Amino acid sequence: MAAKVVLVTGVGGQLAGSLVARLATDPDIERIIGVDTVAPSMRLLERMGRAEFVRADIRNPLIAKVISNAKVDTVVHASCTAHPAGPGRRTAIKEMNVIGTMQLLAACQRSPQVRRLVVKSTAAVYGASSRAPAVFDEDANLIPASSSGYSKDAVEVEGYVRGFARRRPDVDVTVARFTNLIGPAVDTVLTRYFALPVTPSVFGSDARMQLLHSDDALAVLERATLTSKPGVFNVAGDGVLTLSQAIRRARRVELPVPKSVLPMTGRMFRGLPLVDFSADQLQLLSFGRVVDTTRLKRDFGYTPGYTTGEAFDDYVTGRALRPTVNVSWLRGLERRLGSVRQRTGDADTGE
Amino acid sequence: MGEAEVIPLHGPDRRTRTEERERADAHMSDVDPESTRVRAADNRLPDLAELITFVRRRLSGAYDVDEFGFDKDLTDNVFYPPLRLLADKWFRMEVSGAEHLPADGGALVVANHSGTLPLDAVMTGLAAHDAHPAHRHLRMLAADLVFQVPVLGSLARKSGQTLACHPDAERLLNAGELVGVWPEGFKGIGKPFADRYKLQRFGRGGFVSAALRTGAPIVPCSIVGAEEIYPKIADIKPLARMLGVPYFPVTPLFPLLGPLGVLPLPTKWYIEFSAPIETAELGGSGAAEDPMLVFNLTDQVRERIQQMLYRRLALRRGVFRG
Repeated sequence: MAAKVVLVTGVGGQLAGSLVARLATDPDIERIIGVDTVAPSMRLLERMGRAEFVRADIRNPLIAKVISNAKVDTVVHASCTAHPAGPGRRTAIKEMNVIGTMQLLAACQRSPQVRRLVVKSTAAVYGASSRAPAVFDEDANLIPASSSGYSKDAVEVEGYVRGFARRRPDVDVTVARFTNLIGPAVDTVLTRYFALPVTPSVFGSDARMQLLHSDDALAVLERATLTSKPGVFNVAGDGVLTLSQAIRRARRVELPVPKSVLPMTGRMFRGLPLVDFSADQLQLLSFGRVVDTTRLKRDFGYTPGYTTGEAFDDYVTGRALRPTVNVSWLRGLERRLGSVRQRTGDADTGE
Repeated sequence: MGEAEVIPLHGPDRRTRTEERERADAHMSDVDPESTRVRAADNRLPDLAELITFVRRRLSGAYDVDEFGFDKDLTDNVFYPPLRLLADKWFRMEVSGAEHLPADGGALVVANHSGTLPLDAVMTGLAAHDAHPAHRHLRMLAADLVFQVPVLGSLARKSGQTLACHPDAERLLNAGELVGVWPEGFKGIGKPFADRYKLQRFGRGGFVSAALRTGAPIVPCSIVGAEEIYPKIADIKPLARMLGVPYFPVTPLFPLLGPLGVLPLPTKWYIEFSAPIETAELGGSGAAEDPMLVFNLTDQVRERIQQMLYRRLALRRGVFRG
């Protein structure tokens, strides 16, 4: 079944907005409806072309009318916030994530035309702790890193999605668990974090980070929208960077502080975009999280174009981050030493 | 499942050991002393260049870390050199049976645990790396407590250790890694001095089912010498509870001498790898579901290690002389 009428939630965001813009160029799709409570930026709106934007709240039952009247057959739920860029109103975001998903799924369940549901989820559902396995596959237990954070929302959202899939077995449900997104245009807590001139980190720990380039995230969402690939998939770039390694690659200075003090350091850098060190974020920065992407490559049929390292480097060059430390003088020293060695080597052979 | 294996107590006698030593000496004298001196002088400049390259690589983050957090570059260049010094000069470590470790593919090394601090695990890792021609890295399975402690946890991950749990063990074995496990756990490492070289219970045999599921051979390994480095003569339980650690050891030097007390006694170490126990023909994951088979195999491995320990101890002339 090919998607004819697609509804995308959360189009005010960068990723969902770009998805709508991408789908708008596809002539096989008759109609694209973007939904959000906030309008996308003017630039994004321009790129969206023929797609329609409906300013609606998915927590409102009105969404059911939109879905049934427009005969939507494919719903892409990309509005859940898992890595808010800055400190936000926690209860409002939780409402949006959980109640919004419930309403949207209720509307989908009622509408017989809906054939496909794509949900953007997060690898944060696996949590991060000293007792967690090093690598999570899709069957791992979902243990949110904190009992009241965004990862808890994501676990609840996935629970509702599973319930929906059980009640509507005729609908293909794809759940994509993204690791932390990174890219020149991405604004999440992590991209703000690495933009700090001095990067505070948790003393005595060096988390393993697995990142996903925004281009790959977009490609996965597009593929899931256009083709039938039901299932749960971890989505992440190959390879791992440790936090200290990433900080060095960004040519930043690491400032290890005790875990309990870290949340305060976020407020120290005035004038810079605020970085929120939530409980989820602290756990991630202490223990890290790596996922197994075998199923994505084998069953979903997509291999991310960027590895974790390449994605991070693209972010660093794309943002034009000014290096705090410079190590190029070492390369100069190396070169000089190399020429000295060559000269002495020549002298030896000449004798 | 076969009967318990009978292993002769007086296997390779002392004579073969001295012979081995002589052979090694003869091999050393083959190398022309003149040529080594020349090479050393030649090496000085490249060494400096290598060091600078290493520092630049570290500072710019241009190195690889695997999904378990293992930093091979750091382990080989920073962790191993001082440990090698400790092994050679302090413990005068002798390694035998490294040929029983496979050159490639997965295997599970199972060893006795002791010594209050897990120096035995670290040294076994070094032994496997240095004594084996393929220089394999032993990926150790550690308790969750290790990963809770701030600096220790990150050092453990960087040196190739991961949490002792089924998914991690099987992932490593399936990836063809050499995995090390100390199934006695805290019961072993924290055992009182009086119980040295008496193997404790081998947990629930989780390591055996991991080996069965992946078809990896089990390589029993005995470590002699480690059990005397910190003779634990008492345990201050209330202090241990307060600090959230499994035990608070009292040794002749600790806490009496304060930080000096962490100096291990210079015992003579022997690390011996024995012939592998194959698990591939035992029936794979089906066999892992048979608790009786798992228990029997666990006992067999435990018995083998205990016998290796007794045999080595019978040959030993003294704790420090070896």
